[in-house]
Amino acid sequence: MNQISTPLNQDELNQLLAGDLVFITGTIYTARDAAHKRMIEDLNNKGFLPFDIKNQILYYVGPSPTPPGQNFGSAGPTTASRMDAYTPTLLEMGLKMIIAKGYRNENVKQSLLKNQAVYLVAIGGAGAMLGKCVKNSEIIAYEELGPEAIYKLEVENFPAIVCWDTKGNDAYIQ
Amino acid sequence: MMKTKKITAEKIKDAIKDACLSIQYRYSPKMEETLKAYMNKEEAGLAKNILKILLENSDTASENRLPMCQDTGMIVVRMTIGQQVQIVDGSLRDAVNQGVREAYDVGYLRKSIVDDPIFDRKNTKDNTPAILYTDIVDGDEIVIEVAAKGFGSENMSALKMCKPSEGLNGVRQFVLDTVKNAGPNACPPLIIGVGVGGTMDYAAVLAKKALFREIGEENPDERYANLEKELLLEINDLGIGPQGLGGKTTALGVFIEHYPTHIASMPVVVNINCHMARHTKVVLK
Repeated sequence: MNQISTPLNQDELNQLLAGDLVFITGTIYTARDAAHKRMIEDLNNKGFLPFDIKNQILYYVGPSPTPPGQNFGSAGPTTASRMDAYTPTLLEMGLKMIIAKGYRNENVKQSLLKNQAVYLVAIGGAGAMLGKCVKNSEIIAYEELGPEAIYKLEVENFPAIVCWDTKGNDAYIQ
Repeated sequence: MMKTKKITAEKIKDAIKDACLSIQYRYSPKMEETLKAYMNKEEAGLAKNILKILLENSDTASENRLPMCQDTGMIVVRMTIGQQVQIVDGSLRDAVNQGVREAYDVGYLRKSIVDDPIFDRKNTKDNTPAILYTDIVDGDEIVIEVAAKGFGSENMSALKMCKPSEGLNGVRQFVLDTVKNAGPNACPPLIIGVGVGGTMDYAAVLAKKALFREIGEENPDERYANLEKELLLEINDLGIGPQGLGGKTTALGVFIEHYPTHIASMPVVVNINCHMARHTKVVLK
């Protein structure tokens, strides 16, 4: 199986294997450094996030501006480890898939396992091609953060590689 | 007496702007050729597919005028100024920053610079200031080298003040350790810039300077050129592969710059770049 569509289905997630190249179609949300910091602050201060994260996909990206005539800017993954401190909290709330690049720490891996969630890596350096997979975009929170705002994206055939599957296999460890 | 050559700040600004825009939407021909050669050497599978996607991405970027990568970098300018040149009608630094500002606006490039590293971290919203190195030499022209440095790879760079007794193996091991530690975070395949010698800070300047070389350019000293070739093979033997997912293609080039140093030390800096290696050179006469 190499097509994934949203809403995500746990049975399908369980079938993913570290190293698989998959193509995602559906809704994904973006967040990187500043948005993560704000989400956790919102959670602590208000008790809720700006969107329902349960069963959703989070993509760590800070896109380039959308030029005229395009649906979105260049949109490749950013390095995941900077978000490690925030990730387990979001997984506990039902986040099911993260797309980024690079190593995760042990806490994140254990939390992924516990919550039966998966970590996928997109290709760093393929920003233009990944941006072209975005058919629709809408800023849903923290607009003042510019490229770090939270966008809701509709993507088609967005390629990513399963890095950490629900059984705890790691594609980075050969 | 030598005649003074006047070059306007406006001309420098335009050169910087054009340079910033020329490097964002397509690999250099040499990089494209190198990536293709490595792709052909990979066995069928993920590594080969990833290199293929990267090459396709360059086509998509240029066809759609989208930057190849969303991290359109911090601009680093190396300017070598002939001492007979007089810069007129404006300040050099302002001209450089204005060139960057205009390029990042019209090019729909991401503005990634924050004004203060610790306290405010407020985006300057125009990708300025740039990093500017100037060097005064004989001559009557200005050589401007411009790079857009991404920080996924910059973050994985490292410095070590080696002991002289660590010698060649000390340098070799530090380069390999730094690449291993970078793993997938720096978006391999990588370009490795190494600065050896000088002072702590100058070794870093040398490592950055090394990243301005085009693939295939070797250190003119044969011993260093050989070390560059050996290190490239050793790095590719690590098996990290494209995006850290395994394969033969971990680095595409290793460039070493060296300089005399103190009897007590052997500073080594490894500055990592990704396969974008966005840089160009223009000469103003």
